[in-house]
Amino acid sequence: MLKIKDLYAGLEGKDILQGINLEVKAGEVHAIMGPNGSGKSTLASVVAGKEEYEVNRGYITFENQDISELDPEERAHKGIFLSFQYPVEIPGVSVTNFIKTAINETRKAKGKEDMPASEMLKMIKEKADMLEIDRKFLSRSLNEGFSGGEKKRNEIFQMAMLEPKLAILDETDSGLDIDALKIVANGVNRLKSKDNAVVVITHYQRLLDYIVPDFVHVLMNGKIVKSGTKELAYELEEKGYDWIKEELV
Amino acid sequence: MNYELKKMSFKDKLLSSYIALEDYLEFDSPLHDVRNNAIKIFEEKGFPTKKEEAWKYTSLNSVLKPDYSVYSNKERNIELKNVRKYFLHEIDTYKLVFVDGVYNSFLSETTHDSLDVCLMSSALNKSKYKPVIEAYFNKVAKNDSLTALNTAFTKEGAYIHIPAHKEVEKPIEIINFSTGNEAAMFLQPRNLIVVGENAHVQIIERHQSLSSNEVLTNSVTEIFAEKRAYVDYYKIQNDEATASMIDNTYISQERDTVCRVHTFAFGGNLVRNNLNFYQKGEHCDSTLKGITILEGKQHVDHNTLVHHIAPNCESHQDYKGLFAESSIGVFNGKIIVEKDAQKTDAFQQNNNILIDDKATINAKPQLEIFADDVKCSHGCTIGQFDEEALFYLRSRGIGLKESRALLMYAFANTVLESVKIPELKVRINKLIANKIGVSLGFEL
Repeated sequence: MLKIKDLYAGLEGKDILQGINLEVKAGEVHAIMGPNGSGKSTLASVVAGKEEYEVNRGYITFENQDISELDPEERAHKGIFLSFQYPVEIPGVSVTNFIKTAINETRKAKGKEDMPASEMLKMIKEKADMLEIDRKFLSRSLNEGFSGGEKKRNEIFQMAMLEPKLAILDETDSGLDIDALKIVANGVNRLKSKDNAVVVITHYQRLLDYIVPDFVHVLMNGKIVKSGTKELAYELEEKGYDWIKEELV
Repeated sequence: MNYELKKMSFKDKLLSSYIALEDYLEFDSPLHDVRNNAIKIFEEKGFPTKKEEAWKYTSLNSVLKPDYSVYSNKERNIELKNVRKYFLHEIDTYKLVFVDGVYNSFLSETTHDSLDVCLMSSALNKSKYKPVIEAYFNKVAKNDSLTALNTAFTKEGAYIHIPAHKEVEKPIEIINFSTGNEAAMFLQPRNLIVVGENAHVQIIERHQSLSSNEVLTNSVTEIFAEKRAYVDYYKIQNDEATASMIDNTYISQERDTVCRVHTFAFGGNLVRNNLNFYQKGEHCDSTLKGITILEGKQHVDHNTLVHHIAPNCESHQDYKGLFAESSIGVFNGKIIVEKDAQKTDAFQQNNNILIDDKATINAKPQLEIFADDVKCSHGCTIGQFDEEALFYLRSRGIGLKESRALLMYAFANTVLESVKIPELKVRINKLIANKIGVSLGFEL
């Protein structure tokens, strides 16, 4: 589904990512771990198409099509979703209106009519219930005054509504208490199928108890330096990252 | 000879027109002296130039060039179906409609039933209104040259008198159409609004050119809020690109009054808003809010004054501006807190987004504080779109244009959300959507 080949990318001519290779197939869950500043969020942003990042070498394909030159909205229309580490506050635009706009814009891009209001409402209700989101929450301004946990839950709600093929969860666990973490993880697991894939970016192993990865990758200095199965996550939790550095030397 | 006449400056043309006007005037009226004094002020000062501090960023030169006709006494007929869209027709309202400065009875809905919503011309001429005219007319207006010019030529406009304790049940619309039947037209509406003790009123003012001929409006509105009165005033400026306006609004607040003015500046060629609040009694609350969205070569200058004269008063200013292409915005917000105006709470905020590189905003907050126990704050920002926010919206599948539109809505929302007439809010939403060329399929 997603193939990243020898990717060098960064800001103002300086590569933050230095030769990333990664393949994510349908039905898989990948975890990307690594210390602060290793390039995890950069990788997520580059895949989602953030314009300030320049791709200097290599390429990204999604379903066998090179997406390196596509706008963020075009990537979203293809089914790529990024759950933000720091979701942006948009005063005056309610969660409901925002998600309606996002869904109908995506449908429009695919030449489809707007989703009928009744269908939209039903879907909103269903997904909100799944994530134990209060109905009142949906009429609030997007992310404005939301707690850290509410913001993250709202990201997963958007994911549930947009039903992406590839979801990249950037530090979704930060700011969540254990109950909220379980709800969010449970939501992600229920959305999981053999046709879609999830990339979990995290600092800690904690989230991976609930969203169990098929593969774990360690990102350091813009490179994937080690890959393994979920056991690697436990090892990292126990020993930290230093032993990998030593191994590399 | 004709050539010589053409060369006459607009100022000279106005001065000679005044002499002609005098022949028609009420000689025994005390107003005659007011007019004579006013024309002297105008003669002395002339039109303001960029040399004056308050006009540093706005030049009237270009809008004073056309050969304006100063009078139009012919009644113009316009059909309701052609102008219906300019009215807030979704709800019942009182209406004062002027076409080329002349009252249009067909489109208007006036009243004398427990309140007066009628014409300045009749208020000036009928003896029963004389006490009100004498007590209020030109009593809060400043003697600057443009206001004086309007005062000298005062002829027509809205006269609204709300008696004490009257809560006006529906909004009042003041609409000034210009047909452009004269090649270029100079209009000077003069409005007087007196809101009695504990009375409530909502007013919507609009100026609309119906042709592409040039129009210059120099409007003066005086509003008097007697104690505990509530005045909610909305100015919709969405005129043609050939229409320019100088709006001079003066609000006198007695104690315990709430006065709010929202200015939606979306259109026109050059617009100058001189909005002045005078807090004369304790516990006054003044709100000045505006959304400005400009493009092309539009130029809008908001020049506000809040004069805190009495203690324990509040003022809230919130102006949002979005400037595209080579448009120019000016915000000059002056707050004066007099020595006696202790415990004043004055707040001023002005946020601007420059959408294109060629757009300009000149922002100048001015605080003159002579009292020592006051809370005054002002904030001014000039920026571009937040790239992170744009990326967030686009990553959800929302296109660049629509994402920008959403951010514009979000940006303007603090002003829009305080519009108290729901139908008007919907209208303004639509105007904003039109202006930014995007329909989002929902109302805020």
